[in-house]
Order: sequence, then C-alpha cells, then structure tokens
Amino acid sequence: MMATNIKRRLFMQQSVLTGLSGSAAAIGLLKPQVIFAAWDQNAFDSRTVSEGIKKGLGATSAALSEQILIEAPDIAADGATVRVVVEVKLQDVQSIALLAEKNPKPLCYIFHPGAGVRPKMTIRIKMGESGDVVAAVKAGGKLYTARRNVTVTAGGCA
Amino acid sequence: MSSKPIRVRTRLRNNITTVKALISHPMETGLRKDKKTGELLPAHYIQEITCKHNGTLKVLLEFGISVSRDPFIEFELEGGARGDMLELAWKDNKGETDSITVPIK
Repeated sequence: MMATNIKRRLFMQQSVLTGLSGSAAAIGLLKPQVIFAAWDQNAFDSRTVSEGIKKGLGATSAALSEQILIEAPDIAADGATVRVVVEVKLQDVQSIALLAEKNPKPLCYIFHPGAGVRPKMTIRIKMGESGDVVAAVKAGGKLYTARRNVTVTAGGCA
Repeated sequence: MSSKPIRVRTRLRNNITTVKALISHPMETGLRKDKKTGELLPAHYIQEITCKHNGTLKVLLEFGISVSRDPFIEFELEGGARGDMLELAWKDNKGETDSITVPIK
C-alpha cells in the first residue's frame, strides 16, 4: 500500500514539475490499473482533519496561506449538497485535499492536477453539521492550509 | 453500474477549457441505516475519477464518503484545442466503472 502511494505521488509530482513533453510519454504508458489500485482506505477513514491531512498528503506541519481561496456558502440550507470551490494561487501545486471538519470521515477528496491542469476544483460535499471546511495543499513539497466556516441548517450526512 | 451516462460539458475560452461533469451515483456512505429494517445500508461510492486529454492522464481525483450523491465536479485545463478528446472515467468501491469520451467544444 505505501509503495503504490509513493509511486502515485512521484508520478504526479513529475507531471506537474516537468510539463507536457517529458512526462506525457511516461503518463501515457502508465496503465490505468496502477492508478486505480492506489486509493488509500487508511487516509479516507481518517476521523480528524489533522489525521486526514497527514495520511492523505503525507505532511504534518502546515502554514496558513492566503493564496488558497475557498468559496462556500456562509449558510447552507441543505447539508446534503454544499458547493465548495477551492482555488490555489501557489506555484507547483501537487495535491489539494478538502476536509469537512465535523464529518465522521472528514477527508472529502484529494485532487491531483497534472500538467496544464489549473489547481482549482469545484465539488458538492455532504456536511453533517455546521463547521469548517479545510483546504490542505501540497505545493513545492510544502504544506499549506486555509479554512472557511459554513453554517448548516439541515444536516446532510444521516 | 449507474443508471444514467456521465454528462460532460466543455467550454474553451482564452486557452482555458472548463470541464463540468455530472455523474449519476448514489454515493452511499455506509453509515446510514435503512429506515425500515434498521440495517446499515452498504457503502457504495465513487473512489476515483480520472480525466485523460488526448489519451494522456491529466487529472486524478480521489473521493471519500463525504462527496454528495450524483457528484458534480468542475475543473480547468490549459492548452487544449477544439476537437481534443477528453475521457472522463470513474471507479467505485464495488469495482464498478464507467467512462465517457467527448471532444472539447
């Protein structure tokens, strides 16, 4: 499990840093099965934000960053579907994780943008109760985070 | 297997292709109980989504159980051209898969 995670992260790092020409052939040769086999149950079973960040991105000490923009409603009427946009202005973005702090399993997604993919993701998540959504970003080998509070009037996890 | 095909919309403007996808999937968390029987409904959710651009893997998106039912995602690619092929694929925890290939418009 650990070996495939490292392989997957190295492949993604290479795709971001080397650009199209060098990595395109390598990415094209990688069989889809290698990627699909790498989903990490352990990371997605995390019960807290810090555990999710540590297991999902492989880093612990994070710096708060104003270069991470989170767009989310101040008040969500329906916790079953809360639209969240994460846009990162940092350079060399390797992965972006979104976590909903009060959810039983907070890690919502890990986004790996390849060469030429903007570090920006829009998605709809379930929120069981009011709380923060946290974006954690691995960029240039370092970890950055930002958070935003969402008030949920009707919880969406049950 | 989902009941409806993946819906993808692409829009190319100023060298940026915006990709929007709507996937039909229950995204059952495995934490909910059947109201009649009291039994836990088994988890059934997408774990991985990929997007290939002209055959090259560009996006890997891993999901947990907190993503809403019928996932909607939106992301942006640089350097695409009209007619380039985008293949969006997903795989869930039961090993079910689906994919769709569309040209950039």
